[in-house]
Amino acid sequence: MTEPLLDTQLLEVNLGPQHPSTHGVFRMQALLDGETIVKLKPVMGYLHRNHEQLGEGMTYIASFPFTDRLDYFCAMTNNLGLALAIEQLAGGIEVPERAQYIRVIMSELTRLVNHTAVIGFLLNDMGAFGTPLLYAFREREKILDLFEMASGSRMMCNYIRPGGVREDVPEGFLERASRIVAEYPRFLDEFEALLTQNEIIRQRAQHVGVLSKELAINASITGPMLRASGVDYDIRKVDGYGIYPRFAFRIPLGTVGDVYDRYYVRILEMRESVAILQQALKEIPPGPSISPKGLQLVKSPRTFRPPKGAEAYGRIESPKGELGFFLASDGSPQPYRYHVRAPSFINLTVLEDLCLGHKVADVIIILGSIDIVMGEVDR
Amino acid sequence: MIGIGVLKGLWVTLREFLGTYPAGRWLLTRLGASTGQGLFTIEYPEVKQQHAERHRVFPFLVYDASPDNLRCVACKICEQECPPQCIHIVGPAKDEQGRPLKAHGRTFPVKFDIDVSICMSCRICVDVCPFDAIEMDNAHELSGFDRFAEMVYTKEQLLKSNEYFQQIKPTEASVVDQRLAAKAAKTAMPPQPAASP
Amino acid sequence: MDQLFVVLKSSVVQLAGRWLPEGALPFVSMGLTIAAIAAAAPVIMMYLTWLERKIIARMQNRLGPNRVGLYGLAQPLADGLKMLIKEDIVPEGADRLVHSLAPVVAVVPALLVFAVLPFGRNMIAADLNVGLLYFLAVSSISSYAIFMGGWASRNKFSLLGAMRGVAQIISYEVPSVLSVVVVIMVAGTLSMGGIVEAQASRWFVFTPWGFVAALIFFLSGVAEVNRTPFDMPEAESEIVAGFHTEYSGMKFALWYMAEFLEAFAISAFTVTLFLGGWQGPAIPLWWVLFGSVCLVATARTIPSVLRVLGVVACVGSGVVAYLANEAVPSWAWFLAKTYGLVFVLVWFRGTLPRLRVDQLMGLAWKFFLPLTLINIASAALWVAMPGPSGGVLAGALLILSGWWLIRLNNPAPLQPRTYLFVE
Repeated sequence: MTEPLLDTQLLEVNLGPQHPSTHGVFRMQALLDGETIVKLKPVMGYLHRNHEQLGEGMTYIASFPFTDRLDYFCAMTNNLGLALAIEQLAGGIEVPERAQYIRVIMSELTRLVNHTAVIGFLLNDMGAFGTPLLYAFREREKILDLFEMASGSRMMCNYIRPGGVREDVPEGFLERASRIVAEYPRFLDEFEALLTQNEIIRQRAQHVGVLSKELAINASITGPMLRASGVDYDIRKVDGYGIYPRFAFRIPLGTVGDVYDRYYVRILEMRESVAILQQALKEIPPGPSISPKGLQLVKSPRTFRPPKGAEAYGRIESPKGELGFFLASDGSPQPYRYHVRAPSFINLTVLEDLCLGHKVADVIIILGSIDIVMGEVDR
Repeated sequence: MIGIGVLKGLWVTLREFLGTYPAGRWLLTRLGASTGQGLFTIEYPEVKQQHAERHRVFPFLVYDASPDNLRCVACKICEQECPPQCIHIVGPAKDEQGRPLKAHGRTFPVKFDIDVSICMSCRICVDVCPFDAIEMDNAHELSGFDRFAEMVYTKEQLLKSNEYFQQIKPTEASVVDQRLAAKAAKTAMPPQPAASP
Repeated sequence: MDQLFVVLKSSVVQLAGRWLPEGALPFVSMGLTIAAIAAAAPVIMMYLTWLERKIIARMQNRLGPNRVGLYGLAQPLADGLKMLIKEDIVPEGADRLVHSLAPVVAVVPALLVFAVLPFGRNMIAADLNVGLLYFLAVSSISSYAIFMGGWASRNKFSLLGAMRGVAQIISYEVPSVLSVVVVIMVAGTLSMGGIVEAQASRWFVFTPWGFVAALIFFLSGVAEVNRTPFDMPEAESEIVAGFHTEYSGMKFALWYMAEFLEAFAISAFTVTLFLGGWQGPAIPLWWVLFGSVCLVATARTIPSVLRVLGVVACVGSGVVAYLANEAVPSWAWFLAKTYGLVFVLVWFRGTLPRLRVDQLMGLAWKFFLPLTLINIASAALWVAMPGPSGGVLAGALLILSGWWLIRLNNPAPLQPRTYLFVE
């Protein structure tokens, strides 16, 4: 660093907790040299709602509606994560074929919802006056209608249960879903025409907030953020949970690991999700949507008492990264320990490393590209 | 070439702009361009969104024929299982000697309050109810000015007829009705099957 | 029709002449002009907000304001009323005087520039012989206002916004002024009326140097009035609201008024300097009026009484215009072109994300500034070598140097990206 010519003063700015683009109540204590970030300290916990402690005080099933509120963009995948953990804890609850397909369809629809919304928010952070966000929300709305059709609620679905799904999808759901999925690539093309080649976005996003492979692995970053840095790690492939190994899909990887890669990897992932959805919607068999054991859990949650000392960790590739639920039982209907491995929270830990040396404006888009939901960070 | 990306983006927004006007749509079709998505907002107080049949907002208590013939027997399972614990039940009703009072052959709750502002519309009470006594309503304009006087729904406010349930959720209601009919047939059947040849 | 407002004004002055002494008449005339501009400016600003919200809403497939009045036309009035009755907050420890003064300092120059704006034939409040210089001088006062507002607010976001604002306005002032030089060279005058008349045969935008200068002048103007994609000083997603973070109520409305008036002024001056001002092809007025009949008659949302009245009025004035053989009046041309550019401004806002501070400065100093200098040389070629050869040379010079400047700056979009796919 060269010797400063003027005797200048560092400026300490609190970005947040009330700030238009901190994605909730999140605070970044930034030390600025002019516009350049010298030091940045993320402050979390404004939205702490005692999620894990609450879960330890109620039955396993009663935690499901609370998981909806963790990452409120991806209620379905949150449900799925907890359902997998409970299935493991019970020593394997059989899941009917149809329910497996419904789970995949819902997970991938959730991925579409999340990624479109995130890109919209990211562009909003870059200063586009809501247009990409509104286009994203327009498409998201159609998928939320599907969720409402199946589960009765648009965002707080509370739908997937251990052993299947709470109720079968209604008549006409699959046809409507196929129609929406078939139109989705057209929307993605339009979205990309608006954004991908845009010189301003490229100027803003390329080589900003570069996350190296090594740092990404060491900080246990997961999800699109890790893949944008060029690490091939997707739990759908690694664990192959559910029936994912049956579908043909590819994992897109970035090369640089900057904001632009994180944006574009999400676009490519959406295209792969569309491919998975098309296969799943075509192959879905008729049959029951929940196994008898699962139905019993739904009807009387207090009968589920896993053996004392049983532990289980169920993890899935949620749209934001590895979402894991750890459960330990003491033989009572309530879990002894209930822990959530929240991808938003762990991905956020590298924020300072990404931001140092960049401008204030970059901090905002780096935060946007990490894709956090404060409900999940603070729990 | 530099600048093309910006122009492409500008064309997308212009197309969506024109596509919201009839004349613009006509022009776009003449140019052979896609007409965009058109307006997608609805003018809320005048036009209301059509909700799916399963749309769930807030629970209500189902009664058959008359409001005193409610299905709830005050077993308190929903009170116990409700994740945010917004259900408050006093009952079952008892007479002076402490024997349970019965109406239409069933016990019934003295008080059954649900706090709207705490309820998170999760539907677990419906799932766990063994008597199909509680169901989800889809009326969602529930705002009020008083936290306790208006937001805590009493038994009288919660009671809705089975016809109402059939009207808002025909599929689900018919399933419930069939199940209840089967149950009723089972209990009404004579306990000794050998009696009738 | 063309001289409608001029005739109106002179008749009012004549009317006043019956009671007032001869010496007072020039003052009456001036007062009338000032009153007209002072009354028109807030209306322009109010309906620019309405227009912006409507256009952006349509771009986002929404309806925009439609609750207050027909098509939401009374929305600006409702907003103004809300602003008026809102609490006026001055932060603790802020410099009260400067804090209150800043929005006024912002609005006054925004109003003053309207003095030299030729709205139509003979419709210019003061045709100064240094009109252009006056505009450039007055419009740059806004940087003081921004810094006053940001500094006096005692808020770090305001301060950051103010610093960004001053740096940006001063940087963009340079290419903006230099791009106007070519107009002065060719027109040979600084008077706005003179510049418009110099474009009688050919609008300046249809020459190579004029096109480049118009582009740079307009984009620099966008940057000077802090609008997307150059809205750094008030970047909402970064520094909350920038220099006007701490303003509320009517002071906030004044900031907005200044900003919208300047946006209108920038569009109007681009029209005046490069797009032929109030001149336009002589289209018969009755065409336009009969065209509007179709629009009014098919607009289903208008109550039928108003629709019938509108159709009758349009048909009536169309017949009158046909009989009088009127062309579209000059002020209508001017306003149409200006609102066309305002639409472009809003269109930018609805589409583009903003640049970063350093990139913004880079664009001004590394691209616009050299290009304007080359543009002056190109215009000199044009003047020195009349005929096609000069035109070709000037055009080639600009294209080559533009290409060379892009290569020299080597912006990120030129580097391709690859993505791997793993099965």
